[in-house]
Amino acid sequence: MLLFEKEKIYGDRILAVDDKDRKVTYDQLDSFSGELYSKVGGKKLIFILCENTIESMFGYLGCLKTGIVPLMLESRIHPSLLNSLIREYHPAFLYVPETCIEKAEASEVIWQFGSYCLCRRNEKLLPALYSELSLLLTTSGSTGSPKLVRQSSGNIDANGKSIASYLEIDANERPITTLPMNYTYGLSIINSHVLMGCTLLITKYGVLEPAFWDFARKNRASSIAGVPYTYQILKRIGFMKMDLPDLKSMTQAGGKLPSSLHKEFALYAKRTNRKFIVMYGQTEATARMGYLPADKSLEKCGSMGIAIPGGRFWLEDEQGNEVIEPDIPGELVYQGKNVTLGYACCKDDLIKQDEWRGVLHTGDIASRDSEGYYFITGRKKRFIKVSGSRVNLDEVERLLKEQYEGIDFACVGTDDNLTIYTDCSSPDAGKDILDYLYRVTGIGRAAAVRYRNKIPKNESGKTLYQELETTADNRMECK
Amino acid sequence: MTNLEKYDQLFIKDLRVKKEDLEDLKYRGISTWDSMGHMDLVTDLEEVFDIHFNTADVMNFSSYEKGKEIMKKYGVMI
Repeated sequence: MLLFEKEKIYGDRILAVDDKDRKVTYDQLDSFSGELYSKVGGKKLIFILCENTIESMFGYLGCLKTGIVPLMLESRIHPSLLNSLIREYHPAFLYVPETCIEKAEASEVIWQFGSYCLCRRNEKLLPALYSELSLLLTTSGSTGSPKLVRQSSGNIDANGKSIASYLEIDANERPITTLPMNYTYGLSIINSHVLMGCTLLITKYGVLEPAFWDFARKNRASSIAGVPYTYQILKRIGFMKMDLPDLKSMTQAGGKLPSSLHKEFALYAKRTNRKFIVMYGQTEATARMGYLPADKSLEKCGSMGIAIPGGRFWLEDEQGNEVIEPDIPGELVYQGKNVTLGYACCKDDLIKQDEWRGVLHTGDIASRDSEGYYFITGRKKRFIKVSGSRVNLDEVERLLKEQYEGIDFACVGTDDNLTIYTDCSSPDAGKDILDYLYRVTGIGRAAAVRYRNKIPKNESGKTLYQELETTADNRMECK
Repeated sequence: MTNLEKYDQLFIKDLRVKKEDLEDLKYRGISTWDSMGHMDLVTDLEEVFDIHFNTADVMNFSSYEKGKEIMKKYGVMI
């Protein structure tokens, strides 16, 4: 992979430093990778339970480098969701933190690397893997949906290179982790910086902990990344008044930032001679598709920008014709080498080749102004974002219907605001449903339950979501 | 309701915990006390007690017990 081509030149440069002051070099990644590959013994499927630690990052990079195919999952994943993914995809190995070793059922620890264990499963039905397949990520991780995005090494290389170019990343950059490694945005930061031989600052602390900022200052963090929610927190904790002498840039992705917040951070950046870069992407496009150049962040406030280097955007109307005129909404379509191979819904899909051939219909509705800048205005598909991660509304319904047999559900919502309609009138239903949802998916805070004596349906039994959406706007009682 | 009862109620509601678990509760010690839970809790405490935490205190509010000390700074005896 292009990603590792210069690794020998980078040699003893520091690849990562963590909050325990441990340092690892590019050379050490190389020897780790060799060892990992010899233990795994070929191109096989492995599940990685991710944390923001050096061990986790080495696992990820070691797989990419040697062709082992990892599915990246959060280490806090509920065991029942993990087990259903294991049953579906039959991984040969699990690479997990020692602290969650109990999640690696029916497997044998064959190697311990720092705080992580490589566990071999006694699996006879290993999936066949397409030779170009490099990485698997979930589409709606929290609901345990088996639907995965298949990424190739070519996808990852193309996107990493493009990001490094438009963000002007050089070897002096020192990004600090704020996003998990099971999240495409988090990985894109790792990829684009490893490509350029940078040092990553790895910490399990979050922006709400003083230790995070001590670590950032001590190790001269040069950039920080966040989803919209991160920026709300940053504002509340007085980020704009903090003394961060080495901080040069801030990036944002994972959903649309409210325009007022966009403006505040753009002004802050201008005032302090820093860069604030709003970006747009999806797991289906490896990570990044669009960005708003920092010098346009005030002038084009609210826009997600233009296509990244090597990519192209256009809009299509409902008939699939290109929308040429400015300011007319249409579905945003992207073309570029970072458009991934396609989805996998079961084990047998892992042998599939490139199904999308470089073109992605994003499902987002956008318009373009007369100067070529794009503005997201809505969404075609039935999903919302909760703290930057996609939550498929149909998947939430499926989970609830499986848990509560005989009860009907319908989910609607906007980002960070999920409304669950149910025909169950029991007074405790709301709390019970939210507790269950929270326990299994971690979604809960952004969710509310409402009672309807009957979920509206059309003649063929399809839920009429539009009827529900009109009443879902008000925050409700059993939150 | 006493201040302590109000204080406890907000933890129980926002972090989905039981009363008996409150004493040892720490930020990120349980899955529900994450950044989102924290911001909910802080916002609710501000609303219920009609105070406004300064930015350092938002971050220093790292446990159930530590929170009591911080509340004292704002004139709320728990």
